[in-house]
Amino acid sequence: MKITIGAAQIKPTLGNVEANLQTAELVIEQAKSKGVNLLVFPELGLTGYYLRDMVPVVAMHDEHPVISRMIEHSRNLSLAFGYVEESPDHKFYNSALYVEDGRIVHRHRKVYLPTYGMFDELRYFASGDSVSAFNTKFGRMGILICEDVWHLSTGCILSADGADVMIHLASSPARGMKAEARLDIYDTWENLNRTYASSFCCYVVFVNRVGCEDGLTFWGGSEIIDPDCGLAGKAKYLDEDLLVTDIDTDKIRRARMYTPVRRDERLHLTLKELHRIASRRNKDCQEPT
Amino acid sequence: MNNELEINGELVIEILARFIREEVTKIGFKNVVVGISGGVDSSTSAFLAARALGKEHVWGIIMPYRTSNPDSARHAKKVVDITGINSETVEITTMVDAYFDQCLHSDHRRKGNVMARQRMIVLYDKSAEHEALVLGTSNKTEFLLGYTTLWGDMACAVNPLGDLYKTQVWQLARSLAIPEEIVGKPPSADLWAGQTDEGELGFTYREVDRLLNLMVDKRFAVSELVEAGYDREFIRKVFSKIQHTQYKRRMPVIAKVSHRTIDRDFRYPRDWGV
Repeated sequence: MKITIGAAQIKPTLGNVEANLQTAELVIEQAKSKGVNLLVFPELGLTGYYLRDMVPVVAMHDEHPVISRMIEHSRNLSLAFGYVEESPDHKFYNSALYVEDGRIVHRHRKVYLPTYGMFDELRYFASGDSVSAFNTKFGRMGILICEDVWHLSTGCILSADGADVMIHLASSPARGMKAEARLDIYDTWENLNRTYASSFCCYVVFVNRVGCEDGLTFWGGSEIIDPDCGLAGKAKYLDEDLLVTDIDTDKIRRARMYTPVRRDERLHLTLKELHRIASRRNKDCQEPT
Repeated sequence: MNNELEINGELVIEILARFIREEVTKIGFKNVVVGISGGVDSSTSAFLAARALGKEHVWGIIMPYRTSNPDSARHAKKVVDITGINSETVEITTMVDAYFDQCLHSDHRRKGNVMARQRMIVLYDKSAEHEALVLGTSNKTEFLLGYTTLWGDMACAVNPLGDLYKTQVWQLARSLAIPEEIVGKPPSADLWAGQTDEGELGFTYREVDRLLNLMVDKRFAVSELVEAGYDREFIRKVFSKIQHTQYKRRMPVIAKVSHRTIDRDFRYPRDWGV
């Protein structure tokens, strides 16, 4: 099966949901005209990233008109997008929704909220407590948000859960100058995406934003990596772009024949060993679980 | 050049030009004013601003004092000529001397600080005249060493150079094709005749930038720095400069008495409500 994927490498306006909806709708129109089946937006694409005390102000519950609009658009093409979610018990999550045919198919709440260096997410967000793959009309997929991807355990879970396409939503700030015409952060992310694609024999759809917020410059470079670790499509660095790339699910089959690592994965062994390590850790330091 | 501090000028220019363009225009401005001393930092800021906003949106303000080295204004004018930005010259001599005529005692340091702050007053007034933001020129080395005047040359709305060490600014300047007579001359605050940064600091930028990179960016411990070949006394001197000037890198400390104190509890980005 051929699926046309769009990576909406947008420049959100910080804290302005209305403006960001307009931006999203422009890209949705362009994507529709290019025959995109699934359009993916970056982490917090509807709100902007460096929100700080604006988090509760821009938070949206499922009935919020902006979310309803996005769900409505999914009648024309499937969408995955990031925003600040307010749960019924008033927790604020760095979340993403996968919507198709006018309904929510999957919700991922970012589990790993970076709170070090320039990041302060745990101060403002509650962390998600699940990672799972889900069925769509284009096959089984998984969503991870930015720092989640840096924890390879999340990819292992999605792989074991059968994800054939892993969607990585990011708001990654540019950093790490060096002599080459690249930044350290390009290497880190591009290595991660390729590690996921080759280790889990799946497609990786990485969508990063661009633009500046309070001195942070987001670097874009969205990309689609195929299960052979080949570059299927690459967006510009630093500037807005709409990357449109066809992916071919037959490629997943061929990659798994060639390298059947997923078939050979010893799930129970992994579980057993992780249980052993976790219970020893509990005993050693009584850390909260 | 130490490899750790080597940068790709073209890529950094791409990032900084976007930074200037966005952080100026998103809050409703089109223009910047920048004080041009004729040194490498302010020249680099001016070149970046011209590239980011277009030369017609940049005002380079040249502010000599009577003891300033004539080369400084000459180099500043060269920057204006090459970039094609708008320019004005405002002599600060009478303003500064009017104050010091009333002071019986003063010294180089106080005079230098008054000059730096007088230039700040002119720049902020010019920013009002031209509906502009003040563009900063301070680099990471001088921020960390505190080798800068609080509310003087540090004062600005937007600073493109504050995360680049001096030796990296030199590389950036060369990528921007700033003339070698500006990039290659000994750095000086030009507050009195014969002053040079490196003479006053007691070490070279090349030496200290390598140390700062390990100490600040790579978070080497003192024992690791000694192991890497750095002199213990040099490390102590540099660390003490960083520590003792921490107040310059922070907003004034506010006494907390309410529930929601500015900056401590009331936390919004600068780009709030853009």
